[in-house]
This record gives sequence, C-alpha cells and structure tokens, in this order.
Amino acid sequence: MTEARIRWISGPVLRAVTADVFHAQEAVAVGAGALLGEIVQLAADEIVAQVYEDTTGLKPGDLVSGTGQPLSVRLGPALLGHIFDGLLRPLDTQGAFIHPGLGQPALQRFAFEPAVRVGDTLGRGQAIGTIGTPRPQQCLAPPGISGVVVTVAPAGSYREDEAICRIRRDDGATRDISFAHSWPVRQPRPLERRLPIGGPMITGQRVLDILFPVARGGRAAIPGGFGTGKTVLLEAIAKWCDADIIVYVGCGERGNEMAEVLDELPKLEDPRNGRPLMERTVIIANTSNMPVAAREASVYTAITVAEYFRDQGQHVALMADSTSRWAEALREVSGRLGELPGEAGYPAYLSSRIAEFYERAGRVSTLGGREGSVTIIGAISPPSGDFSEPVTMHTRRSVRTFWGLDRGRAQARFYPAIDPLQSYSRDAEALAQWWQIQGNPAWTAQRTAVLELLTEQAHLERMARIVGKDALPAPQQATLLCAELVSEAVLRQSSFSEVDRYCSPQRQTAMLSLVMRFVELARAAVQRGVDPERIAAMPMRALLQRIGEQYGEHRIADIGALWPQLESDFHALERAQPAAPPAAEAAHRAP
Amino acid sequence: MRPEVTFEASVRRVEGPLVFVARNADLGLNSMIEVVDREGRARVGRVAALDESTMVVEVLESTLGLGVRDTRIRVRNEPLLFGVGPGMLGRTFDSIGRPLDGGAPLPAVRRMRIDGLAINAARRALPRDFIETGVSSIDLMNSLVRGQKLPLFSGAGLPHDRLATQIALDARLRKGEDAGGFAIVFVGMGVSHDTAAAFRDAMASSAALEHTAMFLNLADEPATQRLLTPRYALTAAEYLAFVEGRHVLVILTDMTNYCEALREVSASHGELPSRKGYPGYMYSDLASLYERAGCIQGMPGTLTQVPILSMPGDDIGHPIADLTGYITEGQIVLDRELDRQGIYPPVRVLPSLSRLMNSGIGAGYTDADHPALANQLFACYARADHIRILASVMGEDSLPEVDRRFLAFGRDFERSFVNQQGRRTLEESMAIGWRLLRGLPAQELTRLNAQQLARYLEVSPHA
Ligand SMILES: Nc1ncnc2c1ncn2[C@@H]1O[C@H](COP(=O)(O)OP(=O)(O)O)[C@@H](O)[C@H]1O
Ligand SMILES: [Mg+2]
Repeated sequence: MTEARIRWISGPVLRAVTADVFHAQEAVAVGAGALLGEIVQLAADEIVAQVYEDTTGLKPGDLVSGTGQPLSVRLGPALLGHIFDGLLRPLDTQGAFIHPGLGQPALQRFAFEPAVRVGDTLGRGQAIGTIGTPRPQQCLAPPGISGVVVTVAPAGSYREDEAICRIRRDDGATRDISFAHSWPVRQPRPLERRLPIGGPMITGQRVLDILFPVARGGRAAIPGGFGTGKTVLLEAIAKWCDADIIVYVGCGERGNEMAEVLDELPKLEDPRNGRPLMERTVIIANTSNMPVAAREASVYTAITVAEYFRDQGQHVALMADSTSRWAEALREVSGRLGELPGEAGYPAYLSSRIAEFYERAGRVSTLGGREGSVTIIGAISPPSGDFSEPVTMHTRRSVRTFWGLDRGRAQARFYPAIDPLQSYSRDAEALAQWWQIQGNPAWTAQRTAVLELLTEQAHLERMARIVGKDALPAPQQATLLCAELVSEAVLRQSSFSEVDRYCSPQRQTAMLSLVMRFVELARAAVQRGVDPERIAAMPMRALLQRIGEQYGEHRIADIGALWPQLESDFHALERAQPAAPPAAEAAHRAP
Repeated sequence: MRPEVTFEASVRRVEGPLVFVARNADLGLNSMIEVVDREGRARVGRVAALDESTMVVEVLESTLGLGVRDTRIRVRNEPLLFGVGPGMLGRTFDSIGRPLDGGAPLPAVRRMRIDGLAINAARRALPRDFIETGVSSIDLMNSLVRGQKLPLFSGAGLPHDRLATQIALDARLRKGEDAGGFAIVFVGMGVSHDTAAAFRDAMASSAALEHTAMFLNLADEPATQRLLTPRYALTAAEYLAFVEGRHVLVILTDMTNYCEALREVSASHGELPSRKGYPGYMYSDLASLYERAGCIQGMPGTLTQVPILSMPGDDIGHPIADLTGYITEGQIVLDRELDRQGIYPPVRVLPSLSRLMNSGIGAGYTDADHPALANQLFACYARADHIRILASVMGEDSLPEVDRRFLAFGRDFERSFVNQQGRRTLEESMAIGWRLLRGLPAQELTRLNAQQLARYLEVSPHA
C-alpha cells in the first residue's frame, strides 16, 4: 500500500510528502479516522488531495494511504428506495447527527433467480439473473466482463458480495461475479452506441410537456433565482415523470427538502402501476451543511448510479439540485489549490466539466443490446437570478431544453413560474410525432399557437402601458383575454393540488384542445363584433380557468363532453349580440 | 479529555487576526488555542492551517498588543467547545459564551462543538406546527412553522427589531401550548448597546426574560469574534432544543454585520474574493448556521430561526440577501415605501415567501380554506400590482372598470390587512381577507372553488 505524510493542511485540502507512487484521481484514506479523499494534483514527491469529510484534528505527519483505485462507489441491488450521502454511504442507518468517517453500508441479502446455465456464453452487458427486490433488478457483470459460465448459483438468497457466478474469459482467466460491483464515478460506463431521440420523457407538468418538452435521454436545465420554484418542479418531475428509475441528488441544498422527499415518496403511488414511488427512487443527499468537497463528488456519484440502471435497460431520470453548488465546490477547491481563477472566480475548466457531465445523458443501446436512457435535469441557482453568469451560460450550451424561471411569476404565485419567452426546447419538433401517435395530431399547431399568443401578450402589455388598456382595439383585448386564459387554465398547475399535480398526456390533450377551441371561437366572435367584455363574463371562461382543479385524471371524458356546451355558449353569445358597433369601429373609440 | 498544555511559542509574525506560530506542539486543524500575552490576558483562537514548521492561528479577539517574543500559547487539542448546561436561560453571555451579567459561572454538563454536527437529512422530522405570530401578512400569507428558518430581509432604519421582538413575545401555537417548554435565544452580532438593551427591556416587561438567553457581540468587538457568536449561541440553542427538549426561537441580528466580518477575515487570510469581496465559501458558511434549525425524529424540542439582515442599499440581489434566500426556508421582506406610508409592519407580501407554509397549514393544521384564501389574495394583490404598473403612465382613468376595482383592492389590502395595530388571530386575519375579496368580481376569483365562493362571498353557484 502506498503511503504519504501530511505536510500542510487547510480546510479540505492537504499536501503530503511521499516516496511512493500515487496516481491521478486515486482515492485515499486520511488520518486515523480513514477519512475519504481524492488526489487532485501530483508532483514527484508530493500529492495534493481534497478530503470529503470534516478535517478537524488532522495535522502534519498524519498518514495518507492510497487505495490504488480511483474514487469509486458500490453499485448493486441495495440502492433503490434508499438515501445516501454524496459518496453513496447510506444515511438511513445513521443517527441524528452525522459524524465524520461514515462507514460503508452493511452487506445485505437478496433473492436471486439465475438466467444463465453452466456452459452458456455470457456476452458483454448480459444479465446473469434477476435480483428479487420490491422492484426486480437485473444482475449484471461489471461492464466489459464476458466469457463462458463456469458456475452459477441456484435460485436462493445471497449476500451482496457473495460470488454467484464464475466466468472464464477468453484469455482463460476466471472472474467471480456478485450482485454488487464497484465503479469509478468519474468514468462514464461504457455503452454500445447512442440512439437518436425517441419519445418524450413525460413530466406530467403541462407547461413542460406541451411547450418545452424534454426527450428521453435529453438534457434540461432549470435556472431560477431563490424561491422561483426549482426544487418544487424537480420534485414534481421526480414524482410524476414516466421514467422507470429516479436518481435525485440534493447537492448543497436544504436538509428539510430531502426529508420531505423521504416523507412523501413512500406514501405516493406511481400513477402508471400503483407501486409506491419510493421503490423506483435513489436519493443522494449532500446538503449545504455537509462537507463541500463531497458536494463536488455527489453529482458524479449520481450519474454513475443512473448509468448503472440504464445498463439494466431502464429509462432513468436524474435530477440535480443544484448544479451551481457543485460548480461552487469546484471553485472553492480550485481556490485552495491556488489555481488561476477565470470568470467570477470559477476555474477555467468549469465549462468542460459541465459539458462532460451533461454528455453522460443519452438514449443508448447498452452493452447488452437493451435500450436504456439517462435524462438529466439540472437546477441552476444564478446569483441574484441573473442568467448571464458563468454556470447558466455554460450549461445553456450543453442542454437542449431550457426552463427559465421568472421571479415575477413566482411572486404572483403563478406556478410553475416558467417564463415562456425565455424558455425553449430544441427537441420539440422531433417529439411531435409521438403526440400524433398518442392521439393529438394538432399538438404542433396548438403549441405554436400558444407560444404566439404569449409573445403577442407581452407585446400588447407594453403597448397598453403607454396608450392605456382601454384604448386597445377589441381584437387585441381579446388576445390579452385569451392569453390570460391559456396561462390560467393550461400552464398553471399547482404541485400541491392532489387533483392537478400530475397531468397525463391524455388529460393534457383534452384540456389544451378545449381551451384552444375557446380561443378560436373567442377571436372569431370578436371579429364579428362581440364585445370582449362579454366573453370575459362567460361562465364557460370561469369554468375553464378552474378546469385543472375540477377535472382530474378520472374525468378526462367529462372534459370532452364540454365541447357542445362551449360551441352553444358562443352561438348564444352572438345571437344575443346587441346592436353594437363592430370591432373595427370600437377600436376608434375615443380617448 | 486531554489535559491543557501551556508552552512558550515563538510567534513569528502577527498579521491582522492571524498569528503565525512555530509549530512545537502536536496540534490538529481547528484546535482551540489560547494566546496569552505579557499581562496574562488570554485570547481565544483556532488553528486555521498547518505545515511542518508553522501553524496559522486565527485569533478570535483583538491582536492588539500581542508581542512577537513574549506570547505564550495554551492549547487543548480539541475543536472549540462550549460547556452548556441547565440555567442558561435568563442569562447574558458575551461573544464567546462567557457570562456577561456578573452571575455565577455556568454549571456545564456537556461540552459541545460550537460548529455543531450536520443534522442527518434522513433523521429530520418535517416542520409542521403552525406558529401564530399575530401578524396577518405572516400568519395568513407566509406562515411560520416550528423548526423553520425564516429571515427578515430589511433595510437600515426599518422596524425589523420591533417586528422580531413582537414575534418573540407574541408567537404561540394554536393547539394548547405545551407550557414551560419554550425558550428564546437572542444573538446580537455587531449590534449597538441600545439595540441589545431595547430587546432585553422588551423581554423583561413581559416576563419572558427568564426564558431568554442573550449572546452579545457588540459593534466595537473584533470581527473574528463575531464569527463565533452565532456558533456559541446555536450550540446553546441546540442544547436547549435537543437535550432539554424545548421549542427554541433563535433571533440572529444582524446577519449583515456577520457577513462583513466574514469578508474582513477572509481578506486577511489573503483569500480570493468572490462577489463584492465576500468569500466564495460564504454560501457554505451561512448554511452551516442556518441549517442548524429544524426538527429531529424522536426528539421533543425544535429549533426555529428568525435571522435579521439589513440589505445593503435595500438590494435583495446583494450577496448577503441572495445567499441567505438560497438557504433559508423563505423570507419576510420589509419595504421602505410601505414604511414611509406609515404601514406597520411594512411587509412587502409578494417577494416574501414561506416555503414550509404548505406543510403547516390547511385542514388538520389551521383552516381547510387557509391555503385557497392565501393563494387568492396573492393572485389578486399581484394583479393589482401589475395593473398599477399599467396605469403608471396613463392614469387610472385609462383602465377598465374591473382593473380599477383591483387597484382599490390593492390599496385596501395594504391599509387594512398588512397594516395592523396589535395582535390578530388567524381567524381575524382570514376574516379581513374574505372581506377584501368581496370587493372583486367573483368570476375573477379563480383560486377559490364554488363552495368557498358560496360560503364566504355569498356567490351562488349558478351565477
Ligand atoms: N409548481 C409549484 N406549485 C405550487 N407551489 C410552488 C410550485 N413551485 C414553487 N412553489 C412555491 O414556491 C416555493 C419556492 O419553491 P422552491 O422550489 O423551493 O424554489 P427554489 O428551489 O427555486 O428556491 C415553494 O415553497 C412553494 O410554496
Ligand atoms: Mg431549491
């Protein structure tokens, strides 16, 4: 084992002298408590390491020993349904306060059902069998291991580290395989090839799925100042999106938010299969009061876990709250290393780190030939909510979907506070086909119409500020009215409403189609001289504004049943039209 | 516990709060140290960095008069600890936890790390108990719950002290209060003598002083010590909450002074500054204080924080307010314009937020219609605010009738809801809220359901 002695220490960074050979990014154990650290710089006789735990009490002369491995985590069946720290050490078995030097998880037993027989050839990435967790998992050999099955355990219960299969590789060497294997977090797990965009990842949030959809295997960012709704949105997606597996990493954020997820998920059911949502979730918590360096590692831990499930042929969604804290951790360690600072003090390699991270997302064909995907959704916390700062700017270049949150909307308690004029999805076009197959051939047209309406609204409001709202011509007043209706009825969706927190694609289509029909009829009516104020007073408008709350998943058919009513209400409106000046003239009403 | 060791150290250099000492004792990082000068006066410090020959000691008091040759070092090879025990309530302590009131020394039953330990997120219990502060803009609109950290974002000269004192005195649970179990910890950082005295007098006049522990770091005390005061105080608060089982409210004022001290000390370390000269780790540093609030499964007590910060230049985007807002569970924003109009408390409701509100209100907690009413008031007031901007150029006359009613609502909301004399129960606040909504067209009240419209606003369902 390689050894070094601390020469200098300050905060989470230490320098140690050694005569042994250490390797770049090797994991090390520091001091009597064997605190976990990682080498960040190497010189002939000196190593520089960052320590992932509180360094109180360490001093010059203390031992640093090499592990011979890069920083790695143990991947296996014990992950789903549990909460871990940034280095994947379980938190649910710890006491009320976290003491430095957390141990590795205790080894657990799981049921096993073999899928191969002695003499079979086990190809790369092929499953050896099934592991009996509440949500069955596959037992995979570590990536790159293949050969002929020499022995395989019969069905039964085994401990995570027990060999259940022995393989003879082509070179004649044998290799024992158990449920769990370890993998270096900074190294992407290999895959067979990347696949083009398939379908969307349905988030269950209307404003996202309709206006700014994210593809399975896509990459999305949620920037927003404090209190604009990043965390609630991420949590909503974690709960209701149609991924198979959720990896949620709280990176430098609040402990209570983690506690809340832990409290809620076991009580909520997956709307697609009725299983507790916790069964499909892995939570990684490195809260803001936990050691800074581990914050940096936690996002890599999370993406590694996500890839592990992807390799089992699952569609995985990774939520990272917040990537800004990760970037700040990079900055802090870089500062202590005395590196030359770049923009806003961040190291020059910030942009490449961000790009590398998002690059690990994707829809792929795994080594075993299965389809799997990792979708990354990262929150960004820009200082004073200003999107021109480095983390937001660099992330923008790496993601295809951008959900910008707006302080004004959040302050008006209009949630999700997505700013439709700043947000975009570069995947929208490719996803139109999916919606067509799902029964909404008009999806693209409706989506475009909504975006146009909202753009026009912003323009008209600027005008109204100057000329007065009353001076706007009737068709423009109608546009404002319609834009407000679309916002209220379709885009607004409270995560705290039991009825409306999740919206299936079918319900989205039903709601959107009905509201857009209202918009069409309203505009036509105004063209024919109906006063916009009378449209504003229609009971149907009031009904639509509450439609999300009133018509839940069980009442999708009832939404469709509102169509005849809508049509006849407009008929009645026009028939009862008093002899009023047509719209064109109304426009020239005095001020 | 290892015995104390005293040794002569050769101090090599004194630089601001930092003392560079030859390393002739086997000390670890963050060890507590006493630097004893020629006259025998001891100052507290901690080991900030170490190499083979030198240790950098951050002296947490003034380094004035420290000599290079005649200084002795007394060490304990352990991190900074605070001896806590029964009898802390009713007492006043200095910046670093020494009794300041001339009373007897504290019988310490436990020595706790002043930096605390991170609460395990998996062991936190969700804060759910609604605290009625008696302030409408808080109780109805931005509710405070036990175990929350909810700062007051204020500005120089605004009545934040008055509001905080009022919260400390008036706050109560709606369910029968478990008597005797509450405590107040007041942490003054860089405050003036009169702020401290005013708070003490207020507590004394309502007999709350015997439930209060005060930690005072006055404006003329050194910056390094200011960084320790909240840590001593929070250690005491943790003891009161999680050992003695009390419901503790910690008032920290003024976080801006704390952050200035952090900037000053960071600069003296020669660290690279981040925004506006504040250190890049200010987020983590503040989190190490704020995250000490909370509730823990299986432990009876709770720790609630109401930090006060005066936003430099009334700028909510200033790093101190910004980073705080990113860590705390919401904020109550005080506003100069409202204050000027004589509205008290001058709470600007829209940028204010309580993130834990949803888990502490509604059926089973406060009132089944509380969330909907709050939502509707927010939506209407936001609309009034928006219309105010639309009308700013053309005047009210350019507005449709509906918009004018919203404007009137907005004014009324500020004058008769936000503005208040004395305490209001939640029911009283809600009654005002419903009354204000009656002035608006029912079809615009989209956050209420038909039952609520019928019950509170007498709108028939078929209208
Ligand atoms: N989609 C939503 N539905 C309902 N309320 C929301 C929603 N998003 C945000 N909120 C409200 O806003 C508050 C702040 O949101 P949060 O996600 O914590 O902000 P951020 O993470 O951006 O600081 C929440 O506590 C909640 O009250
Ligand atoms: Mg958040």
